[in-house]
Order: sequence, then structure tokens, then C-alpha cells
Amino acid sequence: MTTDQPILEVRGLQKQYGRHVALAGIDLKIAAGELVFVIGPSGSGKSTLLRCLNRLEEPDHGQILFEGQDMSGKKNDLNLLRQRVGMVFQAFNLYPHLTALGNVTLAVRKVLRKSREAADAIGLAALRQVGLVEKAGSYPNELSGGQQQRVGIARALALEPKVVLFDEPTSALDPELVRSVLEVMRDLKRAGMTMVVVSHEMKFAREAADRVIFMAEGAIVEQGPPEEIFSHAREPRTRAFLSQVGA
Amino acid sequence: MDGGAAFVDAFFKPALIARYAPEIVSGVGQTILIASTIVLTGLVLGVTLALIRSLRLPIATVMIVIFADVLRAVPPLVFVLLVYFGLPNVGVTLSAFAVLWLVLSLVLAAFVEEIVWAGITSVAKGQWDAARSTGLNFATTLRDVILPQALRLSIPPLTSRTIAITKNTALGSVIGVPEILNQATSAVSFSGNATPLMMGAIAYVVLFLPVVIFGRWVETRFAWRRA
Repeated sequence: MTTDQPILEVRGLQKQYGRHVALAGIDLKIAAGELVFVIGPSGSGKSTLLRCLNRLEEPDHGQILFEGQDMSGKKNDLNLLRQRVGMVFQAFNLYPHLTALGNVTLAVRKVLRKSREAADAIGLAALRQVGLVEKAGSYPNELSGGQQQRVGIARALALEPKVVLFDEPTSALDPELVRSVLEVMRDLKRAGMTMVVVSHEMKFAREAADRVIFMAEGAIVEQGPPEEIFSHAREPRTRAFLSQVGA
Repeated sequence: MDGGAAFVDAFFKPALIARYAPEIVSGVGQTILIASTIVLTGLVLGVTLALIRSLRLPIATVMIVIFADVLRAVPPLVFVLLVYFGLPNVGVTLSAFAVLWLVLSLVLAAFVEEIVWAGITSVAKGQWDAARSTGLNFATTLRDVILPQALRLSIPPLTSRTIAITKNTALGSVIGVPEILNQATSAVSFSGNATPLMMGAIAYVVLFLPVVIFGRWVETRFAWRRA
């Protein structure tokens, strides 16, 4: 599933908070249609990496290239990058004052400048994709955690992104609700969506990921196909982490 | 004269009620006029200041904080007197009505700014993340995502503060604005009887009780939905 040009690439990405080094120079290429899983202990920089990919977090050094185009300059159209690179959050971050459909269509109307009718059609299609079209009129507090997260995914999908970033999408969910979210992610994978996922769902990583990246202390320690990482990790740190999380 | 008759004579003397009713009614009109202009100006200005503060420009922030703190710290009466008696000395003469409107609007704006700003900062950071991650710019994020939630959080304190400030229109009596209290006190000095004051008190009840009840309704109406 690789083309010549990576859809998303970072070069020498560095980020520091005070004296704490969150990212110590990351190089990474992500191919179109690839599902990349990022694992690692907390504080390893995996969420920071994800947040840098659509520049919710501003890296100190390094480049972010989307389809070969440098997106890291100050003068670049950030909002265009964010349209292309959607994000799904651990805490869902749905807008509590808007219905599910309102959550999904806000950016469609304001960023893509669609009429309300056109936006609603797009929004309903996105909700249908995550199996929640019948909840279009519900407010977030009327939905279960799993449903809220699927609305969060629909909100990202409605902008027709080329890449979707998932920041621990299931870790705020009760175990019985995790499956519905993973199911949606599996569908997306089948539809050819490029995805970068930070998660502890090792079982899901094993069966769905094209590549697993193990990060520690702000650096990529090891990466490879899931089979290789989970069963034949070369690095002692990777093996120690995997045995700790019971994978 | 027994006690009951003396009480009625002191506070509810029929002849005086008839004599001063027109004045009190015109005072009610003045109070409604000035209170509504203060509420309008104070809310618009206060929300605007909170929005400017959200830009986090250092100089603007410092100026807004000083403005809000000073106006909230000093009793409004002090400002009313200061502006009314002070400004003419530097060549600016404002009518008593204008002074009362200006001072109380600014005081209300100071409180509104603080309340709305507190509302804005208490909206979860993830809301900004979500909005920005879908390509919404700062202004749209503020208007369509942050402000609706911030205002909802702010409505109970805004309501009680707005009622408190509008009651301060009674300060107009000190500088001669012909509002309720002013009409009542001048009638008292002419008649030597407290009946007009009692009429004024009843006028305030008639005027503000519905507002207080409305405020309570608004508070319960907006208190519930919070995800």
C-alpha cells in the first residue's frame, strides 16, 4: 500500500516543554492508505507527535510535509492542513451545545462554506458512516461514550480528510463500548483511509495495523509490521513495554 | 388616634398618594428608561471587552484588568459624584441622566467582562482543540464554539449582577435625575410625610420583582444542560 510519495512526512521534528524534551527529532513517512499504530509508555511523546501532525502543537524544529508540500512555515494556511488531516480525541471534545449533526456540520459550513442544506446532507452521510444517523438530533449528553466518539469520528470525516489522527480514541470508554469505535475504524481502514493511531488497543493493532511504531523518550525506538513488533521485537525497551501492557 | 391609624397616616396617607402618584409614575418611567439603557450598554461593552481580552494581547489585557478591578472596587456613588461634579471643571458638562448612564454602564461592563471572561476560560481546552482541528479559525471558534458555552455558564451571575446594578439607578437621586427615589424624596420634603417614599418602595417592588423572578427562571432554565 505504498506509493512513491508519502502522504504525510515529518523530518527532524523536535518539541520541548521547558527542559522536558517531548520530541527528540522524529523522522517519519506515512504512505497513503496506511494504518500506523503508535505505542509507547506515557510521556513518550506519542500524543505530542500526533498533535504536531496537524499543528495543534507547534513544533520547535523540523518539517511537516503533506503530499510533499511543506506545511511547517508560519505563513502556511494552517486551516487547510487541518481540513486535510482530521483528528479524533481521547475525550471526544464534542460541542455540548450542538446536536450530533450540528457537531458534524459546523466546520462543513464555516470552513468548506457549504449551505446549511448541503452541510446537513454531508453531515448525515458522515453520521451514517459511523452508524449513528438516527442520533443526528441528539445532544452529546444524550449519547453513550461510544456514540459520542463515533460522532467525533464523523465530525472529522465530514471534511473528507486524507488522513485521520486518533489520539487514544478508546481509552475514555467503558470496555463494552470500545468495540463499536474499533469497528468504525476498521471500516475506515477498509475504505482506504490513512490513519495514525495512538492507542493501547494492542489486539486491534495486531490485526489491523500495517505498521507499529514504538516510541520512548521522544524518539522512535523501533518500528515494523505488527507481527514483528509484537512477537519478535529487537529492542529490550520494546519487549519490556509489551510485557508490561500484557501484549 | 390609635396606632393603626397613625401608621396609615405616616406611610399610606390617601391624600398624599393621590397628590404624588403622577410624580412617582413619571419616576418609574425614568427608571425604566435609564435602567434599560444601562443594561444594554453594559452587556454589550462587557462582552466586547471579554472578547478583546481573549485575544490575549498584553497591553489590552492589562488595561481591561485595571478597568474592571477599579470599577468593581470603588462604590458607584463615588464615581457618580466624581463625574457629575468633577467633569464640568475640565469643561465637560454632562446631564445628570448622562452621568448616571455612563457610570453605571461602565460599572456593569466591568462586572460583565469579568463574568464572561471567567466563562470563556472555564470552557474546556479540548473544545478549542476540536474546533481548530477542523480548520475553524480563531474568530469562528470563539463565536460558534466557545462563546455559546461561556455565555450559558455566565447567565446566572450575569442576571443577578445586572439586577444589582440597575437598582443603583436610585443613586440618580443624589445628582437630580428624576427617577423614582428622587421623586419620592422631594415629595417627602414638601409633604413632611413618608407616604411618597413608601410609594417609591412599592414602585421598586412592582418594577424589579418580575425581573428577579425572570432572573430565577433564566438561572434554572440554563443551569441544566451541561455535558
